Amino acid sequence: MSAHGNESSGHQAGSSSLFLKVWIVLAVLTGIEVLLGYEQLAPVTMLTILVLLSVFKAGLIIAYFMHMKYERISLFFALVPATVFCIMMICIFFFPDSLRILQLGTGLR
Amino acid sequence: MTKEAQAPLTGVWSGGGAPPLTSSKKLGMWLFIVSDTLTFSAILLAYSYLRLANPDWPRPFAFYPGIMKSFGMTLVLLLSSLTMVLGVAAMNRNDRKATVKWILATAAGGVIFVVLHMTEWFTLFHEGYTPWSNPEGVPLFGATFFGTTGLHMLHVSIGVIYLLVMAAGISRNKFTAEDVEVSGLYWHFVDLVWMFVFPMIYLMSIKLR
Repeated sequence: MSAHGNESSGHQAGSSSLFLKVWIVLAVLTGIEVLLGYEQLAPVTMLTILVLLSVFKAGLIIAYFMHMKYERISLFFALVPATVFCIMMICIFFFPDSLRILQLGTGLR
Repeated sequence: MTKEAQAPLTGVWSGGGAPPLTSSKKLGMWLFIVSDTLTFSAILLAYSYLRLANPDWPRPFAFYPGIMKSFGMTLVLLLSSLTMVLGVAAMNRNDRKATVKWILATAAGGVIFVVLHMTEWFTLFHEGYTPWSNPEGVPLFGATFFGTTGLHMLHVSIGVIYLLVMAAGISRNKFTAEDVEVSGLYWHFVDLVWMFVFPMIYLMSIKLR
């Protein structure tokens, strides 16, 4: 993502064939996710794999479609680390507390 | 816009340059996207834990129409992202006619997505899955499913209006290449959110045979 950051200051956007390739990769990954949906995996495993695949897809969309790859690297540093940090904080404070529900057994139903 | 871009970016003591050397419009859209990312993250995290904590979470999505329809919706939205990219590229070449064409194609993708989504919602209503109740007796499913997909659908609808306004303006020689790029950022973000909603909500609730 950072390799091209200093190469150009203007809009040296990728070619249409590059975007088409990215699109095909995204579509194929979506197809893999659908196939995965029919594997009988434990919900936690399944959700983890699906989210990881989706994070990869999101990275492709941000890097190519949203031109992040062609921006100055400082824009990336201004936006992405803070966002990831905030999401991590939501996870860290949310999930341990949320697990209390599991200990309540069937109280939820 | 050209005035801002050409203004000398002097030393830090006189305000300096914008740190990422991005125009205020683009940075503004990026900051909106960051805040919206956190909104959807919170919603999807809340959903994840409800889903995992609940062993009898409803699984209403059969292969057809549920999964096939939502897979088709995913492809339509992805395709509209591709046409948006081509629209931005056309505007960078200053080809306004092609830009309008691509943006209208993008908006059409958004409309198809919303229409398919609505028919899917009505199928679910007929099967007894409403925002308040469902046959499995897990009302949280309705709250999270219709809440999340509804908020996303609202984003798509706003995006369609945004794109139509852009297309009307561009054909009347308004807006710059950067304005189109900023609207593209919003549209790709809507697509990006769906890349999480589709696997996490639909594929986690496939009807088992």
